[in-house]
Formats: sequence, structure tokens, C-alpha cells
Amino acid sequence: MSEIKLKVSSSPHIRSKITSGNIMLMVTIALLPSAVFGVWNFGLSALIMLISTVAAAVLTEYIYEKLMHKKVTVGDFSAVVTGLLLGLNMPPSAPWWMGALGSVFGILIVKQLFGGLGQNFMNPALGARCFLLLSFTGPMTSFVYDGVTGPTPLAYVKEGAMDQINTLDMMIGTIPGTIGETSVIAIIIGAIFLILMGVIDLRIPGTYIVTFVIFVGIFGHVAHPEIGFFDPQYITAHLCGGGLMLGAWFMATDYVTSPITPRGQIVYGIILGVLTGLFRIFGGSAEGVSYAIIISNLLVPLIEKVTLPKPFGKGGEK
Amino acid sequence: MNSCFERLKNGLIDENPIFVLLLGMCPTLAVTTSAVNGVGMGLSTTAVLVMSNMLISMLRKIIPDSVRMPAFIVVVASFVTIVDFLMEGFTPALYDSLGLYIPLIVVNCIILGRAESYASKNPVLPSIFDGLGMGLGFTVALIAIGLVREIIGAGQAFGYQLLPLADEAAGKGGYVPVTIFILAPGAFLVLAVLAAIQNKVKINLEKKGKDASKIQSGCGGDCAACGGCASTSGNGKE
Repeated sequence: MSEIKLKVSSSPHIRSKITSGNIMLMVTIALLPSAVFGVWNFGLSALIMLISTVAAAVLTEYIYEKLMHKKVTVGDFSAVVTGLLLGLNMPPSAPWWMGALGSVFGILIVKQLFGGLGQNFMNPALGARCFLLLSFTGPMTSFVYDGVTGPTPLAYVKEGAMDQINTLDMMIGTIPGTIGETSVIAIIIGAIFLILMGVIDLRIPGTYIVTFVIFVGIFGHVAHPEIGFFDPQYITAHLCGGGLMLGAWFMATDYVTSPITPRGQIVYGIILGVLTGLFRIFGGSAEGVSYAIIISNLLVPLIEKVTLPKPFGKGGEK
Repeated sequence: MNSCFERLKNGLIDENPIFVLLLGMCPTLAVTTSAVNGVGMGLSTTAVLVMSNMLISMLRKIIPDSVRMPAFIVVVASFVTIVDFLMEGFTPALYDSLGLYIPLIVVNCIILGRAESYASKNPVLPSIFDGLGMGLGFTVALIAIGLVREIIGAGQAFGYQLLPLADEAAGKGGYVPVTIFILAPGAFLVLAVLAAIQNKVKINLEKKGKDASKIQSGCGGDCAACGGCASTSGNGKE
């Protein structure tokens, strides 16, 4: 990035009140409905998990920056967002120290070692989640709901067992899953708030979800011939089950790890949709959103390079 | 004899093939799932390295310059084949766990690198000690990486259960292994952290004026100059 020369022209300048702190605070507020619903849905263990991930994330950032004599950036809420997102991505039955360990990994390895906020090459919360998923596969994939360990709706969808699914429950969120992913309504409330505040736009989540619907509509039939092309119940189940909504609205739209060029954002959304569909329908496990997002994160520099807009007056026909 | 000792130290510390030269990454990342594997891989590579350095140094005036690479490969491959058969015969368990990586010693860039840059230009005795130093440096590094990965990833050291594991079924508390350290990403994490630590130690030594002239390797010296966040941040204050 260092070769880009930023030129400050002469006054007058417009001073924007928007800072990264403001934006991260708004993201935190937008995540609160999901967090509150998660705690109501799963009880005390969910609250303990959320507190431990957020506290560990903030503490790690503070201690690292103190030790390295860097400017302490705890006040900009980015560590809070990382911790909160990781907490919302944890199953409520996992022990609290697992979440804390994930936060330490996400902040220390994924974010700070690459240079702190704005320099991380993948979403810290998702990097941490995949770290935990690979390390503690058992506790990270067992979902206890109402005292019963059972498969998530997505696991039924994977097998094509559509009669096991209650779409209304998936909308409200009274299903097993991670703390923050179950309630589509709570996520949508947060997403609408972010869109109204101008923090995110529809480009990435929109193309992501549309591509995913098309992919699942076609290949769902290929994988399970008894389900027709674009079966509405099958598609709704895919949309509302698992982490797709949380991922599309809150994690794929992370400023640092998504393209800044408008065309690039569309390409990014399409890649996300195709990868998620591939992992969910043809992959080994029922869920694929986190891997799809971190793989797409790694492609972002290439996407930006390809979709760089031409400056006015350059190029064109001679 | 002095130069022989210097060669040993060079291979072990100053130009450690793993942590300083960053050579031979493929076996390093692949076989260090446990310390025992590290010992096996390291010692078999050392054996090949010493023998091939010796023979190439002996033949250095006979091998024509234009075909030296094929000639080196033939020499190295012969020794690897011998080691391969010896290990299959005498240490079958280790042979099974290292698997494909034994024949792959042929293309290990440490061996070809030492043949090209040292053994083909220097007399026999220093070349043998160069091979020994480099091989031992490789072994020490592999054991270090393997040990860290084994302890964090399985709670074991050299196969001995160091930390008692938790058993949820029996309601017994204990260490829950972080399995990712046994998997491929763990190799990268541990290698990077250990290389960073040794760079930090070296830079500190350099600052104190000890050893300053002896650090001349490609990476070890440059890291001080290029300065990741670790090295620059403390500069003004210490």
C-alpha cells in the first residue's frame, strides 16, 4: 500500500465525523439484538461465553499494544466487535476458556501480528473460529438445545430430510446452533440498522445471498433428486439455517477484509455464494460459511487488482 | 581444527538451516508432528549430508562445472537409497511414520545447497564438519519444532504423556489438547514463532556488541535491518 501517494489539496476541506471508533460502535450495537436473543435462547452459558470472548479480545489487544509500545487502540471498539462476533459464532455448550483462547488467537495472531486494525488479511473472528474448529472439533460441533444434543436444522437439510425442519422456528431462532446465528429476525434487525446508518451497503450481502440462492436452487436438486429445482422450502432452510445470515451481513462486509472497488465487491459476493453452496452441498460438513468467507478474504487483494477502476481520461479507445 | 569447530557452530547457530536460512521447509513442516519424528528425520538427513559433503568434496576437482548438478544429485541419491534401506530394515516403525519423506531427502535443498556452496569449493575435512554442523542444526530445529507441537497438540513429549488429558466421559479434568498444532497450520505457527524468537535473541546479542561480526547470513542480518514490528518498536526506548 505504501506506493499509493495520497495528495492533500488546498482548503476548504470537509471534515467527516465518522471514525473507525464510530463505525465499530454501530456494528456492536447492531450485533446486540442477536446477542440478547442468544442469551435468552441458550441461557447463562451463552452470556458467560460472550463475556469471556469480548473480555479476552480487549485484554489481548491492550496487553499486546502496551508491551510493544504501540498506541493503545482498545477505544475504537474493533476488539469488542471481534470478540462479540467470535462469541456469537461459538456453540453455547463449549467451555468459556475455549472462546477466550479463540479471542487471543484472533487478536494476537490474525490481527496484531499483521499490523493491527486495517492490516489483517482475514477476518480475526472467523480465523479464530476456524482455529477452534480444527483444534476442538468435538465441542465446537456439538449443539445442545434444551438439554438435548441434537443435529442442527442444517444437518437435516444436508441429508435432504426436509420433514424434520420447521421454518418458522428457524426464523425466530428457537433451534440448536451457535449463540448468534440462530435468529434470522434478530440478525436482520441489526443489518437494517447498519444499512440505515450507512455503515454497510447491499452490494456484498446482496450478491452473496442471490448467488447462493441460485447455486443451492440448482445443485440442491443435483444432490437430492427428490427435491425439485428451486424448492422454496429447501432454499429457505438453507438461508435461515446455520451462519449464512450472520456471515453475509456482519462478517463478509468487514471493511478490512472485503474489496473496496464496487465491481470487486460484486465479484467477492459471487465467490462467497458459490463457495458456501459448494461447501454446504458437496462438502464434508453441513456448514461452510466460515471457510467460504476466510478463503474469499484471501482472494481480496487479487480481486481488487483486477477490478481497479480506470481514472478519468486514462485508457479507452485510441 | 579451528575451522572445523567454526563450521559446527556455523551450522548449529549462525546459519541454522531452518531458523536462519529457512531451507528444507518441506520436511520441516511435514514430519515435525512429534519430537521423535524430528530426531529420525534430522539424523537421517545428517547422515546423508555428511557422506555427500565428503564425497562431493573429494570429487570437486573431477566433476566438470557444467554437469555438477546431475553429479551432485547422483551422489546424494545413492546415499539416500542406502539410508532408506537401512531405516526400513532396522527402524521399521520410524520408517513408517516418516514414509515418503525419506526418499525426498534427495531433493532437500539443504543438502544440494551445502554441496553447491561449500563442499564443491572446500577441502574434505571442513566439508565433513560443515555437513555435520548443518545436519545437527537441522536436527535441533526439527526437535524443537516437534517438541512444541507435540506438547501443545497432544500433551506429550517424545511419546511420554507429559500433561494428563481430560476425560469428559469419566468426568476427569485435565489438559485438552489443541489439535491444530499437530495439523499442518500448527507447523507454520510454531516455525514462525521460533524463528521470530531466535531473531529477537540474535538482535539483542548484536545490540550488546557480542557476536556482532559473526552474523553475516542472508536473513539473520537483514531481519535486523528490515525490522518487523518486533525489532523497531523497542529501538528508541531501550
